[in-house]
Amino acid sequence: MAGSRDFINRRIHSLLGVIPIGIFLVQHLVVNHFATKDAEAFNKAAHFMESLPFRIFLETFVIYLPILFHAVYGLYITFQAKNNVTRYGYFRNMMFLVQRVTGVITLVFIAWHVWETRVQAALGQEVNFDMMADILSSPFMVVFYLVGVLSAVFHFANGLWSFFVSWGLTVSPRSQKISTYVTMGVFVALAIVSVRTIFAFI
Amino acid sequence: MSTKMVKFVISRQDNPETAPYLEEFEIPHRPNMNVISALMEIRRNPVNAKGEATTPVTWEMGCLEEVCGACSMVINGKPRQSCTALVDQLEQPIRLEPMKTFPVVRDLAIDRSRMFDALKRVKAWIPIDGTYDLGPGPRMPETKRQWAYELSKCMTCGVCLEACPNVNTNSDFIGPAPLSQVRLFNAHPTGEMNKEERLNAIMDDGGLAECGNSQNCVQSCPKGIPLTTSIAALNRDTSFQAFKNFFGSDR
Repeated sequence: MAGSRDFINRRIHSLLGVIPIGIFLVQHLVVNHFATKDAEAFNKAAHFMESLPFRIFLETFVIYLPILFHAVYGLYITFQAKNNVTRYGYFRNMMFLVQRVTGVITLVFIAWHVWETRVQAALGQEVNFDMMADILSSPFMVVFYLVGVLSAVFHFANGLWSFFVSWGLTVSPRSQKISTYVTMGVFVALAIVSVRTIFAFI
Repeated sequence: MSTKMVKFVISRQDNPETAPYLEEFEIPHRPNMNVISALMEIRRNPVNAKGEATTPVTWEMGCLEEVCGACSMVINGKPRQSCTALVDQLEQPIRLEPMKTFPVVRDLAIDRSRMFDALKRVKAWIPIDGTYDLGPGPRMPETKRQWAYELSKCMTCGVCLEACPNVNTNSDFIGPAPLSQVRLFNAHPTGEMNKEERLNAIMDDGGLAECGNSQNCVQSCPKGIPLTTSIAALNRDTSFQAFKNFFGSDR
């Protein structure tokens, strides 16, 4: 054994958040960004992704199984913590709490998002620009998508920070500080990409 | 003549099974008094703020100079040693609570056994006993000694466990203090010879992996020990150790 179950699960949890889930998230946001050009560009890009070979295997091993593990184990981690930001209002402790809150929001959002798009596609609906424009025609869904996507993006960026610590890449306080700036830069960059995309459908 | 009074609100508990309750005290101010001298005053004259006779407040203390860790308690919301908590620097009423992460024995006295158990679990010592004289060990470079000295300042006081959101009844996390001790003993030239045993011990359930990087420990440590640096360094060491364990290694 390379360590106990807890040790292995935690490390796998941390790794899966970045590879493949983080990479998939970035790819997903970038492809969707075609919507800022026009509906046709988005439809073309979406169709290309749809028609990748071995699609169901790619989805299962790159998206479904990693997210399922990350979500279930993440909930276990979340409910193990006894948050104490009122008593210890330090920056990292707040990030610790926000990481858990955004994780749960992201899970709820993803569940709904998969139901609304991927499951509907499996049931015969076509996924295209009009489908998203239709969903985002309701102001409630616009807010829901903004909160959900921004939570996902934050959870990824801050998760990247703790990935670097958990695997021992950033050890010194200075490296962890620089890593904070870099990962928050990632958050801002991805937030701009995703907010622009959402507003492209409205 | 009216003497200046100091107000205390103390969380009390008669025994490990009963519910805690608050009791207020007012004691005469003396220059330079600390929380311990105030508690001693209450012990000398156990009368609460209402003028009723009560039992003296129980607490633990040892060195009175912040090196033993025994007198740790939560003072105005922050865990720290009561010997170095100067009354004149504290906002009144001064609120005293036990560090509830640990089992409360009575009033402010807690049982820190779990920390000593954790030190045993992670083998926080250097084995030098043999059946024959092993001779002198390798020398330690002076620069490294100075660095390691900072880690050796840990007094097992429990403040880092109290501040950690992941040390609680839902989790079996041993906390930051024993982890940093692993780094200390792994840094020692003789201790290094048993490095793998300690790394494997903290890769067990309740070990290193339970850290969630809230970094409250390093903010709270009264000795300024770089606990989160130790944890991250051990994360790196255990990454290598995990691969060695799994794939085998030619050393």
